[in-house]
Amino acid sequence: MASLWVPLALTLKVALWATAINLVLGVAVAFALSRWRSHAREVVDSILTLPLVLPPTVLGYYLLVVLGRRGVLGGWLDRLGIELVFTWQGAVIASTLVAFPLVQKAARAAFEAVDPQLEGAARVLGLREAAVFFRVSLPLAARGITAGALLAFARAMGEFGATLMIAGNLPGRTQTLSVAIYAAVQAGDDHAATVMVLVVSATCVAALLLAGWLAPDHTRRSRP
Amino acid sequence: MRFRPLVALLLLAGTGGAQAADLVVSAAASLTDAFQAVGKAYEAKHPGTHVVLNFAASDVLLRQIASGAPADVFASADETAMDKAVAAKAIDPATRQDFAANRLVLIVPHDSTAAINGPADLKAATVKRVAYGDPASVPVGRYTRAALEQQGLWDAVEAKGVLAQNVRQSLDYVARGEVDAGFVFATDATIMKDKVRVAATVPTPKPITYPIAVVAGSKQPKDAAAFQAFVQSAEGRGILAGFGFEAP
Repeated sequence: MASLWVPLALTLKVALWATAINLVLGVAVAFALSRWRSHAREVVDSILTLPLVLPPTVLGYYLLVVLGRRGVLGGWLDRLGIELVFTWQGAVIASTLVAFPLVQKAARAAFEAVDPQLEGAARVLGLREAAVFFRVSLPLAARGITAGALLAFARAMGEFGATLMIAGNLPGRTQTLSVAIYAAVQAGDDHAATVMVLVVSATCVAALLLAGWLAPDHTRRSRP
Repeated sequence: MRFRPLVALLLLAGTGGAQAADLVVSAAASLTDAFQAVGKAYEAKHPGTHVVLNFAASDVLLRQIASGAPADVFASADETAMDKAVAAKAIDPATRQDFAANRLVLIVPHDSTAAINGPADLKAATVKRVAYGDPASVPVGRYTRAALEQQGLWDAVEAKGVLAQNVRQSLDYVARGEVDAGFVFATDATIMKDKVRVAATVPTPKPITYPIAVVAGSKQPKDAAAFQAFVQSAEGRGILAGFGFEAP
């Protein structure tokens, strides 16, 4: 174990990227689902929730089969010079996938809690649909979305199975904290493992506390 | 009728875990196929005994045994792992014996067009990733590091290294074409002949030997010793030879 900082910095980088991508992707999908009136909606929602319940090894295998050098998309990406297997970008994709439902679920609930009358009023006052979204719906849903994003960040920090399968274990390049912990335990380096375990635990507790504080229920109770 | 799910659950509970008559053999990942065959042959000769095989990197097995995992026999892929087991008082040192030998090989994907004919070729800029076991916990990684250090190539290869959790993972990485080359044992390369090609046999400073011993906390040391004796018998060695293992 060379140092704690290299895997920690990499873990934060991967988790922040995954959270940022999910903020855009998860919020867009959640908004679309919250406004979509169709029976297919819950089916799509269930499929999008799968990463929450599928074993990460299953997700990792899917990613490897699709994105690997000999994968469905991998060969095509390879010709474009894009390599995802054994790169930190691959780790971002794995973390994004597993954390996606957390943002999507929280954002959808937040959008559905927005009073449609407020959005209607904004339209009557002449705002375009995009402006209604950015100036009314999104600000009103922001707390719920932020809570979801914090959960997603904590989940991305701890992502292990899918990450190990697609990004591998390359010290300094794809060895995130959870992978480094696994390697340290296997090598019998309990001291390094303990330090990293405590860092991950503390970060996740902080993210959960913050998410709980931002949760919509709490807002309603503390601000009557 | 109402109890059917409960009954199903109880039946499931009965299938998991090692039973009293089970002989648990923790063996290095490179022994997977050979020990499956050895286990079957042993069971045929000892009706009533069920051989339960547990495969992983040698150091992982050692950690499990040292932490009190109920294993009876430990077979590792290098002396270092067995030395650690002795130091941790995890095995009975009086029973320790070498039972097989192997060779380190450099492999490439079967359809590789890269000019890789030996470890020195891994320095080429066209070679981007090389898989080998994590030297901290996987014997094949320790052999690889020692061999490359001897040739003054370790730093160059380490910069391209993809650490595998056990030898079979490096084999898999090469077979899938995710890495340009990898280090495995000769016996591992043989089982994926259609997907990987041996580019070179790599000399190691220390010979590659496999020690076996009875676990110190074994509840059935006699059966464990019998299994170890079978592995070292003419029949056991014949089975191992069939998978490409050499005599120690």
